[in-house]
Order: sequence, then structure tokens, then C-alpha cells
Amino acid sequence: MFDLIVFFVLLGLGYGFGRVAEQRHYKSIIEREIDLNRIPAIALRLPPPSLVPQRTQLVTGSVVISIDYFKRVAAGLRSLVGGRMRSYETLLDRARREAVLRMKQQADGLGAKMIFNIKLETASISKGSKNKIGSVEVLAYGTAIIPVVAPAAIPTAIGE
Amino acid sequence: MLLTNLEIVPGRTVKEHLGLVQGNSVRAKHVGRDIMASLKNIFGGELKGYTELLQESREEAVARMVQQAEAAGANAVLNIRFSTSSVTQGAAELYAYGTAVILD
Repeated sequence: MFDLIVFFVLLGLGYGFGRVAEQRHYKSIIEREIDLNRIPAIALRLPPPSLVPQRTQLVTGSVVISIDYFKRVAAGLRSLVGGRMRSYETLLDRARREAVLRMKQQADGLGAKMIFNIKLETASISKGSKNKIGSVEVLAYGTAIIPVVAPAAIPTAIGE
Repeated sequence: MLLTNLEIVPGRTVKEHLGLVQGNSVRAKHVGRDIMASLKNIFGGELKGYTELLQESREEAVARMVQQAEAAGANAVLNIRFSTSSVTQGAAELYAYGTAVILD
């Protein structure tokens, strides 16, 4: 009986907090995505030859994100009948978008204009009770192309 | 030391290839963080402690790779890749590898 009460309390907590956390996270992801759209993240292996940057730098972004109790139970039920596991889909979607955003933020701090050769790497880092996947880590990395101020601009500035 | 995950550096040529360099680091989670993480497993959301932990160990893996490249006399590491694997319950391995080269 006591176990059952604990189970339902956890389920309720997971449902309430999990939903709020997810909605808030999605809202912030969308806001930052709109803001960082000016830095395109390109999955091409090589930048076009016409682009001659002065500086390149490796940028990374990573996040570890966990699923809530309610969704884990829901996913467990879903695995009985099969089909799409929406709870895990949104978890991975949030993790990937967040990792890409963090990478872009790092690139933005360096003054980069674009990022090439984006790679995404996913790993489940902790397997919760009964070997169910509890949280995932997503790492996004790429090479930031940083334009440098044209050398010609400096002498004129001194000359004036 | 120039680090990139591109296969070339635009505008510069590779003078010499020095082969594969690698670095890894295995970190265990700390108990306090583990307790926080199990709470987060109920509520859902980001596990900030783990994000930091993995970030630190990744930096260490990269530092080891750079050390190896420096020992080989390289001035750049191209085509860097990262990989993560969980070795045992409660520990993660971060692995970074790339090609050490001398750029002109």
C-alpha cells in the first residue's frame, strides 16, 4: 500500500514538474534559435574554396538531460504495445537542439559567422533502475569560421 | 596549436602528416551529484552536474591529445572526432582523436 502511494506521488510530481520544465525549455530553445539563426551551422565537410577565413576554431556544446518519472512510466507502458515513443522523441529533440544552441553561443562569443562540419554525438550516460535509459548526453561540435578585420583597414585608420 | 574538425585548414597547406593522436579520460560521478541526478530523474530536466563533469573530462581528453601532438612536433590537429562510452555503471569514458600535422 505504502509503495503504491509513493509510486503515485512520484508519478504526479514527474507529470507536473516535467511538463512545466519541458514547456519552459522549448520556449527558451525557440527564442534562442531565432536569435542565433544568423550563424548558420552547416554539415558540409569542407567550406567552399571561395571563402578564405583567417581563423578557424573548434567549438563544442553539450548537454545532459533527463526524462521525468511520469514519462518513463508512460514509455514503459508504450513498450508493451509498440509504436512511437513521444516522450523519448521530445527528450532527444530538446537535447540536440540545446547542444547545437550552446555550440552556436560559443561560436557567437568568438565572433564567428558560420560553423562547418557539424557532428552530433549521442550517448546514454546513466541507466536508471531496471536498466531503463534515464538520461542522454548530446555533444555537438564543429569548426567555427571567424572572419578577421581586413588588414587594409588598419593602415588607413592610422594614416588618418 | 590549431584544432579543427575539418580535413583541411582553408588557406594553408599540410607540410607533413604525423599520424593519429588521441586522448581519453574516464571519470566517475561523485556521490553528491549522483543524488541530485536521481532526484532529477523524477522531475526531468537538465543534469547540470553531469554536463559540467563531461565537459571537464572532454577538455582533459583534448588536452591529452594536444600533449601527444606537441610531443610529435605538430602545430595543428585536423579532423578531430569525439566519442563517449559508458564503461561501467557510474563512469563515462570520453575519447578524442585526430590527425596531427605540420602546417606551412
